[in-house]
Amino acid sequence: MTVLSRRAGGPNAAAEYGQPAADDVREAAETGKPGEAKSGPTSASDSDEMGRTTCRETDALLKLRGITKRFPGVVALEAVDFDLRRDEVHVLFGENGAGKSTLINIVAGTFPPDGGRFEFQGQEISHLTPHRARTIGISPVFQEFSLVPDMTIEENLFLGRERGTGGLLARKAMRARSREVMAELGFDLDPAARVRGLSRAHQQMVEIAKAFLTEVRLLILDEPTASLTEAEAAKLLALTGQLKASGVGIIYVSHRIREIAEIADRITVLRDGHKVATVRAGDVTDNELVELMTGRQVSVLFPEIRHTPGERALEVNHLTLANEAVRDASIYARAGEITGIAGLAGCGKSELIRAIYGLEDVRSGEIRIHGRPVRRPTPLTSLRAGVCYFPSDRVAEGLALQRPVRENASMAGLDLPAFAVRGVLRQKGEKRLVQEAVVRRLKVRPPAIERILAQFSGGNRQKVLLARGLIRDIRVFLFDEPTVGIDVGAKTEVYELMQGLVKQGAAIVLVSSELPEILNLSHRVYVMQRSQVVAELAGVELNEQRVLSHYFRGEGTIPGRPTSADT
Amino acid sequence: MRRLSQAYDSGGFLPILLVCTVVILSLFAPRFLALQNVINVLRTSSLLVIASSGQMLVLIVGGFDLSVDAAVALTSVITALVMVDGGHVFPHDPALVMALGIAAGLLSGAAVGLTNGLCVAFLRVSPFMVTLASMSVATGIAFLLTSGMPIYGMPKGFVAQFGRGLWFGLPASFYIAAAVVAVVWMIQNRMRVGRHIHAIGGNVQAALVSGVRVKSCLVLAYLACSLLAAIAGLAITAEIGSGEAAMGTSLTLESIAAAVIAGVSLKGGVGRVEMVALGAIFLVMLTNAMDLFHVDSKIQVIFLGIIVVAVVALDESVKRRRRLV
Repeated sequence: MTVLSRRAGGPNAAAEYGQPAADDVREAAETGKPGEAKSGPTSASDSDEMGRTTCRETDALLKLRGITKRFPGVVALEAVDFDLRRDEVHVLFGENGAGKSTLINIVAGTFPPDGGRFEFQGQEISHLTPHRARTIGISPVFQEFSLVPDMTIEENLFLGRERGTGGLLARKAMRARSREVMAELGFDLDPAARVRGLSRAHQQMVEIAKAFLTEVRLLILDEPTASLTEAEAAKLLALTGQLKASGVGIIYVSHRIREIAEIADRITVLRDGHKVATVRAGDVTDNELVELMTGRQVSVLFPEIRHTPGERALEVNHLTLANEAVRDASIYARAGEITGIAGLAGCGKSELIRAIYGLEDVRSGEIRIHGRPVRRPTPLTSLRAGVCYFPSDRVAEGLALQRPVRENASMAGLDLPAFAVRGVLRQKGEKRLVQEAVVRRLKVRPPAIERILAQFSGGNRQKVLLARGLIRDIRVFLFDEPTVGIDVGAKTEVYELMQGLVKQGAAIVLVSSELPEILNLSHRVYVMQRSQVVAELAGVELNEQRVLSHYFRGEGTIPGRPTSADT
Repeated sequence: MRRLSQAYDSGGFLPILLVCTVVILSLFAPRFLALQNVINVLRTSSLLVIASSGQMLVLIVGGFDLSVDAAVALTSVITALVMVDGGHVFPHDPALVMALGIAAGLLSGAAVGLTNGLCVAFLRVSPFMVTLASMSVATGIAFLLTSGMPIYGMPKGFVAQFGRGLWFGLPASFYIAAAVVAVVWMIQNRMRVGRHIHAIGGNVQAALVSGVRVKSCLVLAYLACSLLAAIAGLAITAEIGSGEAAMGTSLTLESIAAAVIAGVSLKGGVGRVEMVALGAIFLVMLTNAMDLFHVDSKIQVIFLGIIVVAVVALDESVKRRRRLV
């Protein structure tokens, strides 16, 4: 319907910048400390007469003028203007760390801006709290971010606005209402189930349902489809359309160009805390959009990788894990090629490489590194054997956000003589090696290795993590969803790094839920389904249809999601 | 196996352990079932149940309270002092004297809790430091007021009826403990504030974003904990018949142990008062068993320490295995 969607079929331009950022929002939480931020001034400039006269536009729902927000060491937003009309979907687009999450958090009342003017339905608003925001009809949908894992769905839905009299809960009424909301949204979820046990997609649904519990005027959707299946995502997009038609204004954060083309009326692009442009959806091509976002031209997303398969650097025979997340899996990875492992979420692909590195309990089977059998791998023995694992959840498993870049990069190498002699650190050597890996080879920005990691964007954090593989002699790289939650620019850089590694003869195992990534980067691909390796594809067989056919072969439903009926 | 698994789901190993302990004790230590012993166990465990319920609330919001013993001591001293002085002013109205003393005791406990809560919520000092400090301060005040001497001379009724007396054959503290468990259960399961307390411990960011008044809830949890400690303090004071700064209770540690045994997460968010009550009873029964078997009191402490860690480790390992599958 728009230029965007028509182009979405093109070869390179069509890259779908899939699985985005869970840690985008987290970033704001980590650096933001909302509780403290409350003490900050909310000086709305009263002298701004112009803002007062223009706010009488009939259908202006939200009007932000000169919104500025600083976190310790970072200016997250600098004088940003943003408008939202009733009955429009306004997409926020930008790299991680560009300020999208800060902006939606300000609109949701999580923390106040340090400066600027905030008007909602023609009224100036200051001292907005999350509670007040919900009361006046601003409903944010964060990424599973506002759920309490040990509480039930229903308890989460009503959290902060429980129904009842005099502190006593009206449990029946709440149960009935949550059933009603679930039915309206077409989500098949039991309100009594605990959030902890839910899949990511289901948690996302709860988060969405939370927004619909009360009357919505302004809906904020933050990467809502990131963890949904196609069918679920389609349903959500349809729902978004309905809401728009009924006069709700929607702020939509997404990295997915195809999706943006489908629903956006206007798009505001943010970069480094500044507003770059607000454009009508039909007026730009997706390439232009990416250029606006990164500030540079992105011609080819996936680099050409020359595979020169050598000997088997890694071999796994009949591996079964103690918890049966992987059963009887046999794979190998050769030096000089990228071996992909594809499969749906929960198929065991991630557990497989975690087991190789020594993070899962192995029941039976054999792991060989460079031909030598490894009995019980632990991370330390693996590193010493030249195997390194890069976790998908970088914040939880990979990085210490409150420590400087230098320490994070050298963390996995401190047993090396280059870093420490008899337990005493060699600080100069450490600095030099980290500087070399992080700044020169990986181009982390800003190039400040003593700055704490919390102040870096998702893409730069990933690079710091990858530095670990560069500062010691690693021959086997196990990548677990290496581009989840990082922006297009950083993605390209990660791919280029892989390209370089393969050229130097490293063996790379790439686990990814993003099919384009697997297809474009890998030389050979294993497909996993329900804990088992079901196929090995290479050459002409390596195409989307073949891989997908193995995803669901012999299946009526998606594994682990017995409730989603319409897939 | 399946039935065992279901039993586990409804509350961990504790109920099973408790039943086993009772059976074994009844078989091998006949004195365990003697009336006097049962009443003794009930009285002691009631005190621990009361204190642990409070400790649990603080643990659920993700903190902990080291000042329980201090609150108990302060309550004891203040109650005794007010009752003794009140006895001089209103010699003919012991009921009024008792009421004044109890009120003063509860207020002093509340003061400790309020201080803890305000410091944790608004000054953002870690619960460990705040309650360590208030423990020191409250104990100091109690000693200062009494110069370390026991205070005698409380109304006879307070000691004879409330402290040592039996109501319908059971110690008074048993009824209080039962009431406390019932009220806390109501708060946890049927009241808004209970939801909020769980949410804060489960994910403080989520609670904040959802519009929960996090700070007030934190203060409330600490206030409740110290108030319950004060109630336990009143019962102990009535039982021993004097107000003492050096009462030598170890309710702080025992309440944390009871809660953790009962599956309360030290990370916050998780905990059920009925299980905590069982945990407290279990701990007291173990001590009682060792008394009955004439185990040296020095060895008893060692044994208790090991048991606590063992039960928690067992629980954790089962939980971990389940999470993986």
